[in-house]
Amino acid sequence: MSDKKQKIVIVGGPPAAGKTAVITQLIRLITADGKTAAVCKIDCLKTGDRETYAALGVAAAVGLSRDVCLDHFLAVNLEEIAAWGARKNADILIIETAGLCHRCAPATKNTIAVCVLDCLQGVRVPDKIGPVLSDCDIAVITKGDAVSQAETEVFWQSVRVLNPTAEIVEVNGATGSGAQYLKAAIDERQSACGVVGDELRRDMPSAICSYCVGERRIGNMYQQGIVTKMEFDE
Amino acid sequence: MKFDAITILGGRDKDGNPERVGSLTVRRGEIFSVIGFTGSGKSRLIRDIEQLAQGDTVTGRRVLTDGEVPEYRFRREPQFKVVAHLTQNMNYITDLKCGEFLRIRAECRKIPSPALNAERIIETANGLCGEPIAAATPLTGLSGGQSRALMIADTAVNAAAPIVLIDEIENAGIDKAAAMRTLVDGDKIVLAVTHDPMLALAAKMRVVMRNGGMERILGVTDGEKLALERLTEINAYSLEIQRRLRLGETL
Repeated sequence: MSDKKQKIVIVGGPPAAGKTAVITQLIRLITADGKTAAVCKIDCLKTGDRETYAALGVAAAVGLSRDVCLDHFLAVNLEEIAAWGARKNADILIIETAGLCHRCAPATKNTIAVCVLDCLQGVRVPDKIGPVLSDCDIAVITKGDAVSQAETEVFWQSVRVLNPTAEIVEVNGATGSGAQYLKAAIDERQSACGVVGDELRRDMPSAICSYCVGERRIGNMYQQGIVTKMEFDE
Repeated sequence: MKFDAITILGGRDKDGNPERVGSLTVRRGEIFSVIGFTGSGKSRLIRDIEQLAQGDTVTGRRVLTDGEVPEYRFRREPQFKVVAHLTQNMNYITDLKCGEFLRIRAECRKIPSPALNAERIIETANGLCGEPIAAATPLTGLSGGQSRALMIADTAVNAAAPIVLIDEIENAGIDKAAAMRTLVDGDKIVLAVTHDPMLALAAKMRVVMRNGGMERILGVTDGEKLALERLTEINAYSLEIQRRLRLGETL
C-alpha cells in the first residue's frame, strides 16, 4: 500500500441532482492538474457509473447495498474503500453515494463532505434534505443555467440559511463551468488520510424492525423490534 | 465594485485554435451586440463574462476589469455579483408568489427596503407586458410574456451591477425595442446576444461569433444605418399589425 496522503471526498445529494456529472467534471480538472483520482460509487440496485468513470481513465469501483440502507453500507465499507483508494495510488478518493432518504449525513468528521443540489427542485427542497446538506463542507448548486439568475440567487440563499458555514459553489455539470471553484474548495481543505477511528457526523437512524429482516405480512401481530407508531389528531 | 471597462482576452475556439479576436474591450455606456449562427458560441461568451472567467473555463478566455484581474469574491457570492444576466429562460420554476420571491431576491443582494424594491420591479414589468402581474400571483402561474417582463424588470431595477448581459431578448413576445430601452437605460457595459438584425444593428459595435470563437468586431457602417432605419419601420409596422390582430380586428 502506498504511503501517499490520500484526500477523501464524500459526495451526497438527492437523486438526479447531477452528482455524477459534477464528479466527472471534477475528475477532468484533477487529472489535468497531474493528480490521480479514484472513484467509488455506492448505490442500491444497479448503476452504470463504473463505465462512466472508467471512461475518464480513473480507477472506479461500485458497491451495491441491495437490501441494506446504503449509508449504513457505506459506513460498514469505508475502511475497505479507503484502502482500495490507497492501493490505486489516489491523491483524491471520491466516494459518491446515491441520494435516498437524506436522514443521514454519510460523511465522517475528517473527510470532506460535498452535497450536490439542483435549482430545478425548487427553493423548498433544501429544507427537506437534512444532514447531508446541513452538515456538509461544500454545497454544489447545479442546473443554474436552466433557471433565471434571480432564482439561482434565491436558491443559493435558501442553502445558506440551512448551512451558514458551507462553501457554496455553482457548477454546470454539462459544460463544467464552475467546476474549478469546486476543485479549489477541495484543494484548500484537508482530510484525514485514513478513516479508521474517524466518526460519522451524525447518528444513523436505526433500522431493525421485522421488515428489515424479511417480513412481508402487514399487521401488528407480525411486528417486532423497534416499532414506532403514528399518532393522529382526531 | 466600480470599474469603467471590461476586457475579454481571447481563448480558443471549438477546435482548440486561438480566437481570431485576441482582445475585446467594452466601456461603460457602450452596447455591443453578439451575433452568429446557433452553436457559434454566443451564449458561451456571455457565460464567460458572467463568471469573469480567468482561463478556467473551456474556452480559456480571461475577463479583466479596468485591465486587472477582478477580486475572487466578486466572481462568487451573489451580493457581490457585478453582472446582471438576462438569460434565455422564458419561465420560472420557483414555488413562490411574485412579491415574496422578489423580496427574498432583494435580501440576497442586500438591497435596502426589499418590499419597495419588489413593488418597483412589478410596476416596471407591468409597463412591458399586456396582462398585469400582481404581487400575489405565483411565479409559476405567469405567462411566458409576463415571466420575461418580470425578468427584464428585475434585471433593470436591480442594476447595481455595472455589466448587463442580455441573451436573446427578442424571444419575449413583448416589444423588444422597449425591453432593450428598459434594460440599457444608464451607464452600463452592455453585451446583447441576438438573432434579430434590428437589435444587432442598434448596437454601436458587434461581435461576430464563429465555431466557438470571437471572429470579428465590426462597427456600424453608413449603409447599415440606413438598413436599421428600414428595419425599425418594419418593426413598428409589424407591432401595429400584431396589436390589431390581438384585438381581434381584421386588416
